[in-house]
Formats: sequence, C-alpha cells, structure tokens
Amino acid sequence: MAPRGARGKAAVLDAAAPSLDAADSPSPDAMVEASDVHKRFGPLEVLKGVSLTVGRGEVVVLIGASGSGKTTFLRCINHFERIDRGQIVVNGRLIGYRTDGRGRLVEERAKTIARQRAEIGFVFQHFNLYPNKSALQNVTLGPRKVRKMPREQADELGRRLLRRVGLESKVDVHPAQLSGGQKQRVAIARALAMQPKLILFDEPTSALDPEMIGEVLAVMRDLAKEGMTMVVVSHEMGFAREVADRVVMMDDGAIVEEGPPAQLFDHPTHERTRSFLAKLL
Amino acid sequence: MFATAGLHFNTSFFWNSLVHPSTAFLQGLETTVYLAVIAQSLATIIGLLLALARRSKIAPLRAFVWVYTWIFRGTPLLIQLVIVYDGLAAAGIYTFNNISIGSFVIPSVVQAAVVTFTLNEAAYMGEIIRAALNAVDPGQFEAAMSTGMSPGQAMRLVVVPQAVRFVVPPLGNDFNAMMKNTSLASVIGVSEMFLVTQEINSSTFNTFEIYAVAAIYYLALTTVWGFIQSAIERRIDRRWGIVRPRRPWSSWVASWGRRRVATAGSPVEARGSSGTILERNVLDVVVRPGPRQQRGLLWGPRDE
Repeated sequence: MAPRGARGKAAVLDAAAPSLDAADSPSPDAMVEASDVHKRFGPLEVLKGVSLTVGRGEVVVLIGASGSGKTTFLRCINHFERIDRGQIVVNGRLIGYRTDGRGRLVEERAKTIARQRAEIGFVFQHFNLYPNKSALQNVTLGPRKVRKMPREQADELGRRLLRRVGLESKVDVHPAQLSGGQKQRVAIARALAMQPKLILFDEPTSALDPEMIGEVLAVMRDLAKEGMTMVVVSHEMGFAREVADRVVMMDDGAIVEEGPPAQLFDHPTHERTRSFLAKLL
Repeated sequence: MFATAGLHFNTSFFWNSLVHPSTAFLQGLETTVYLAVIAQSLATIIGLLLALARRSKIAPLRAFVWVYTWIFRGTPLLIQLVIVYDGLAAAGIYTFNNISIGSFVIPSVVQAAVVTFTLNEAAYMGEIIRAALNAVDPGQFEAAMSTGMSPGQAMRLVVVPQAVRFVVPPLGNDFNAMMKNTSLASVIGVSEMFLVTQEINSSTFNTFEIYAVAAIYYLALTTVWGFIQSAIERRIDRRWGIVRPRRPWSSWVASWGRRRVATAGSPVEARGSSGTILERNVLDVVVRPGPRQQRGLLWGPRDE
C-alpha cells in the first residue's frame, strides 16, 4: 500500500495540476485507487486527503465514528459526490473526471459518468428500493434500461439473483410487503444485476432490526467468498473481523490506521482507533 | 304561513328538467365535460414541462416558469378568458376563428376557452407536479443512478412514475374545480351548461328550478369524478403494494348486517385463526372499540 503515504505527502497533486500517468497507468491489481481525495461541504472539510487502494477481489471495511467521512468517501468512489482535490481511479479509469487539453481535471459528461457507475454497485443504508415495482422489477430495471437486455433474459437473470439471495418466493412482492432484511437482499440483487466489478455498501445493516442483520451479512459473506471486490462502511465489527481482508479506520476526514482485522482489532496502534473500539465493546 | 304567500316552486318543471333535460342542456353538459377534460389533460402535460423546467440548470428557463406561474395564478381566470378571446382580438394580436374539420366545427369561443383554461390550470399543475417531484425520496434518484442510469433516465423511469402517486389527489381536486369553473366560459359565449341554463331561465322564468337542476348536474359530475379519482388512487396504491382500507361508506355498508349482532365484550378478541404472513406469525384480532368492528393484525417476531 505504498501509494498512500507517497501521494498523501505529495499534496501538490490537486485539480489544477494532476499527473496524467496516474490516471492512465494504474497498477493492474488495483480496483480502486483513491489518492489525496479532498471534499468540503461549504465551510466543513469532510475529507482531508484520503488515499486508499483496494485490490481486485479485496474486501475493505471502513470503520470510524459518525462524521468521520467514511460514507462521504464511499460516495465519492462512484461520483455521487464531486471531489475538490485528488482523484479516484476505478478499474483503471478516472471516475467522474477527465483531463482536458491543458492537463486540468474537468467533470465528465453525465452520460459517461452513468456508464462508469453501471460498473459499480451501490447498496444503501435505507435500501432505496423502487416502492412502485415488484422485487423482480427492482432487479431488472437496470439491465433492461441501461444494458438494453430483452425482458425475458432480464427476468431470468432477476429470478436467478433473487434465488441467490434467498428470495425466490418474493419475486412478485412489493417492497412495502418485505421486511428490512429482505429489502436489503433485494437491493443487493439489484446491484448484482448490473454485473458490477465492485460493490460499495453504505452501512447496509444500520437500518435493520437486530434479527435481520444476519441474513444480509450472510449474503455479503457469500459475495466476498466468490471474489467480489467490496468496500463496506459498517459498524458490524464481527463481520469485519471475519470477512474483511483489510479494515480501515477513519477519523476526522482522514485514514488514521489500516491493516488486517486481526491486527487492527487486537493491536490497534493509533489512540483514536483504541478509544473508538473501546467504546464499541 | 309563508307557504301560500310567496313560495313558487314549479315541481313538474323541476322534475322534467332534471329527468328529461332538453337537447340544448345535454349539449351544454357535453361541452362542459369536454372543455374540462381537454383543458385538464393539456394542462397536466404542460404542467409537467413547467415543473421540469423549474428544476432546469438554465436560469432564464426557471425565471420564465416563475413569471408564468406568478401571472396565471395571480390574476382572475375570468379576466384571462376575456383577454384571450376579446382582448387579443381588440389589440389586433390574435383573433380566434372557427375551425372546421370535415363537418365538425370547433367554434372560436371554445378554442379560446380551451386555451385559457389550459394555460391557467398549467400554472397550478406545474406547482403540483413540482411539489410531487420534490416529495419523491432523493434516494430513489440515487438508486437509479447507481445502476448506471443517466439523470434523464432516472427522472423518466423512476422519479416521475413515483411522483404520479402524489399528483393524483391534488389533480383530482383541481379537476373538480375545473368542471365548475368552465361555467365562466359563458361570458365569452361558450354554450356550456351554465349558459344554456341562463337561456332556459330567460325563456321560462323558473329561475330557482332550472338553476337547482344545473347545480345537481354539476354535483353529479363532481361526484362521478370523485369515484373515478378514488379508483385511480386505489389502483396506484395497489401498484405500490399498499392495501388501503375501503371507503367509509363501503365498510359501513358491509358492516351493516354485523353491526346489530356485535355485542359489548372484551375490547380485544383474539380469534383462533392465526397464520403466517411473510414468514411471520400473525394473529387475526378483532378489536371492538365501539359499535363498529375493526379488524387488525398483530404481528411481530415468532413466538411472541
């Protein structure tokens, strides 16, 4: 994970003078390469230079207190949020921006950004299922309208994915008639339907009743086993310990510590990590 | 003892006009309905465009919509009618002429009325649709975008269809008002129901009777619309997987038989028919707070 330290210190890398080669020749093993990402909401600086590399097939769990910037950082990875400085490369391509003739970063056209997002699944804290559509239609809308997949083929794909998350009996049911855990599993199937290279999870179990958390984590665990690249913002330390390849602790808009779960949970080196973990236990 | 002193109510004229309305009256009724339907439909389409323009990135477009809404909501419909039909002609800007399509003629006054009602109602529909679009959870737009839809696709395929649910109740309200407001078109000479009623009045002088008949016909129109509207709302709810309680009168009618046998008892009575819904245990419970039965479901985690 050398790039983090190196680029973090090279703070001159900003929107006005990016280095072209960083976008066009990423390390081939990396799915996500974020370097020196800065983001502010008005006077509030939410991200103060975050650099993180996520390898292909890697599961990274972001932890930290609320307000530490982990959700904002996640939303930057599929350009739900514009960034003020730095850059994010996903699967070898700069996300949300392109370099113009003079080497400056300018925001991509909406259509291009949409095409990039199609490759990146996103699972929301509050599911955000389409309430006016059945579980199956929720899953198939993307493939049908974005990938122009014929209806029969999309339905077949949708059924297969709903079976995979254990909801084959809920194909024609509307979100209003599903439990929270079932909704989140449909949402995961919806993300999978676009055959993403990477899935981002924004506190996927925070809005669930305790007895439903397990069923969602089980689906996520299966995905991880199948080699899906995942970036997960979560407070589920048990899940992080078991499934994550790497846990990243964020505080006050920056990464304070990262490492394999065993190391980070059992021997945290940073004081903030220690006090954060102590509060959870 | 005022009954004989001055009360004149021509009962047979009233009944005759109500049950066997004249052809002219029925044509007036027809004009009222199609004026309202056409104007409301066009206004809904224009209203959607206004609402979308209001969200546009282009500032002059937003300003135009603001000014448009300000003017059409801020001035009386009656004055708008007269300006569109008489004012524009008098100023030499535009004169409405009859249009013939084959043997069918659209009178100039009807064109002016449709245009005015449409432009006026579009201002209101624009605001209604704008509020409805805002009422859709922003997370829906994001969810659509997360599956790779463009902003346009996300609006068209996800946000707008959901806004429909919030549009229908106020739209129904406006259409109710529209059917009655078409009577204003009488001032420019559209032979809708009110103008025909006036004509019948001036030839028969049964003033109270004929206006009462007209009022009843307007009431019938708005009542029928009320039923249609609730059918539409119910249909949309079903599409959302929401089952609404039945209309007050239908549950009243349905409970009429049971009401008499319902006796005072324990306020909550658990019936034997427990079952499962969505893999969860459910008890079928009948609550009796008063004379009317209410049925509810208790559900929660298993074994509770």
